[in-house]
Amino acid sequence: MSAYDLPSRDGHFGPYGGIFVAETLISALEDLRQKYEYYRTDSEFQAEFAYELKHYVGRPSPIYHAKRWSEHLGGAQILLKREDLNHTGAHKINNTVGQALLARRMGKKRVIAETGAGQHGVASATVAARYGMECVVYMGSEDVKRQATNVYRMKLLGATVIPVESGSRTLKDALNEAMRDWVTNVESTFYIIGTVAGPHPYPMMVRDFQAIIGIEAKTQMIELFGRQPDALIACVGGGSNAIGLFYPYIEDSAVRLIGVEAAGKGIETKQHAATLSTGRPGVLHGNRTYLIQDENGQIIETHSISAGLDYPGVGPEHAWLKDCGRAEYVAITDDEALQAFHDLCRYEGIMPALESSHALAYAAKYAPTLPKDKLLLVNLSGRGDKDMATVAQMSGLSL
Amino acid sequence: MNRIAQTFASLKDQNRKALIPFITAGDPHPDVTVHLMHQLVRSGADIIELGVPFSDPMADGPTIQRSSERALKHHVSLNKVLDFVGEFRETNTDTPVVLMGYANPIEAMGYTVFASKARSCGVDGVLIVDYPPEESSEWVKCLDEHGIDAIFLLSPTTPKARIEQVAKLAKGYVYYVSLKGVTGASHLDLENVSQRLKELRQHITIPIGVGFGIRDGSTARAVANVADAVVIGSRIIEEIEHATQDKLLFQVASLLTDLRKAMDEH
Ligand SMILES: Cc1ncc(COP(=O)(O)O)c(C=O)c1O
Repeated sequence: MSAYDLPSRDGHFGPYGGIFVAETLISALEDLRQKYEYYRTDSEFQAEFAYELKHYVGRPSPIYHAKRWSEHLGGAQILLKREDLNHTGAHKINNTVGQALLARRMGKKRVIAETGAGQHGVASATVAARYGMECVVYMGSEDVKRQATNVYRMKLLGATVIPVESGSRTLKDALNEAMRDWVTNVESTFYIIGTVAGPHPYPMMVRDFQAIIGIEAKTQMIELFGRQPDALIACVGGGSNAIGLFYPYIEDSAVRLIGVEAAGKGIETKQHAATLSTGRPGVLHGNRTYLIQDENGQIIETHSISAGLDYPGVGPEHAWLKDCGRAEYVAITDDEALQAFHDLCRYEGIMPALESSHALAYAAKYAPTLPKDKLLLVNLSGRGDKDMATVAQMSGLSL
Repeated sequence: MNRIAQTFASLKDQNRKALIPFITAGDPHPDVTVHLMHQLVRSGADIIELGVPFSDPMADGPTIQRSSERALKHHVSLNKVLDFVGEFRETNTDTPVVLMGYANPIEAMGYTVFASKARSCGVDGVLIVDYPPEESSEWVKCLDEHGIDAIFLLSPTTPKARIEQVAKLAKGYVYYVSLKGVTGASHLDLENVSQRLKELRQHITIPIGVGFGIRDGSTARAVANVADAVVIGSRIIEEIEHATQDKLLFQVASLLTDLRKAMDEH
């Protein structure tokens, strides 16, 4: 494989990506692109980012060998990249620290964010508090109900949470509303997008900030096992934790890259969020990518037990990696994810986020088909404390 | 000369400015749309902007969002919108119709299928909010081949180099968004608009319409004094939203007639 250097200067990953936004946002994106391009290679910026990741986020996150669970499954060894141990409990903070540092250098005193599960909202509220910025988080009113604890966490951190009542009242609508805020307040405001979606330069910038996951893994794998894993497995909502792990491995063609989407109640029920597995290319939220849409190009409501995967689009780089065959994408149902959630609790004493449980569930399916000396590295993108109420409810309990 | 050029040419002869109302196709009900279009023309509209409803209208404020949601409840697809235009053309062959909407319904239909159907239904121009010039070369080429004008937006933040780029691509008229923000916002800085239009005119040779934030006769007149066309959207949608079914056409007509009068009194 030749050197991978996407996106192109204008933000394209093959036919995907780009800057599909209204004229009113173009100059803000151009400003962001120029600033980011500068700081991307600025050693002082990179040093501060590294310092913050180490001392504030708590990186590097360890790789943990889930021996008991692997043994129980009776096949390949399952290794976990412990993003759940980061400050605020998920990979999302890697990106919000990076964007907040950029916002500060751009002189922005107000940050806004969209959130589904609330993890990105919490991570944004956290860095806003850390760097003394005002923070407004848009969240679909359905999600506000589903994720009450995270709403309160954001408020404790000093953020204003605005419930979004338009459309399907979930993550995609929160993103629409954040974009509307941004065009209105473009001079004072920095929009912290939470995943590798949106118009250029966001998919590239968020990937770069999350790539620390894969960069660390490459060194840790050699230290711990003397070799790289046979496959990487990560859940895909917008795709930021997955691309963070995959990106440094893209040119390592011996390592399989497997993204796991949410099959919800089953692909055949149409109540799912498996965009790459079932969608068609189109344009939404500033980029061209696969979308879950009807035959008229209207975006369809998605379903997943995990709010963080409940999104009808996917990052454009994943669309490209799928089309060119470098990465594979599979789907896991709510029930399978829930089973993996319980298994990891019981076999390893680790409570995974429901999003991450999708990646775990695929590993649990795949591992038994492989010999014991194969290594599967699963991105444990977040911890499951936020999901206890959902899991309890699924088990017929209420907390 | 196509219908848009013809309209601007004859307005120029009469020393008048174009009044361009925006409505969302299918709002409040698909049965009303074509009647409403004819009513707009009878009440003084020179060009009609017809919104294609979309599930995720990112650049619109709450009023137009709600109109899109109402239309989508009745499953008003892009195909259906084109049918409305075809029906309108059965009895109106002069008033230009410009479709305004978002990229994905067009992506789903395909550029060529869309352009040839739009052409045969009598669409004159298309403005896709999230197709900026950077991503539009194939799109514009396809519209060109079918004799449809590609309308583009310019904003208070558009720098000079881009104005030149838009000047090269744009056909029909350009649409100057008079404020930062989404549709339906209510502050409009006339001083600023007039200043900006002077700058734009150094590069743009086709007519310039101004929209966003125009709510009444006096703002419409003030804008008409400096621009070639006045676009009015959210204010009409509000009227549609609040009118009872039997009063709908009447109320929209009386709003538009007032605007027309105010614009022509200069
Ligand atoms: C723990 C966790 N994992 C994964 C995701 C999905 O996002 P992405 O696909 O961008 O990693 C989320 C989103 O909220 C999350 O909270």
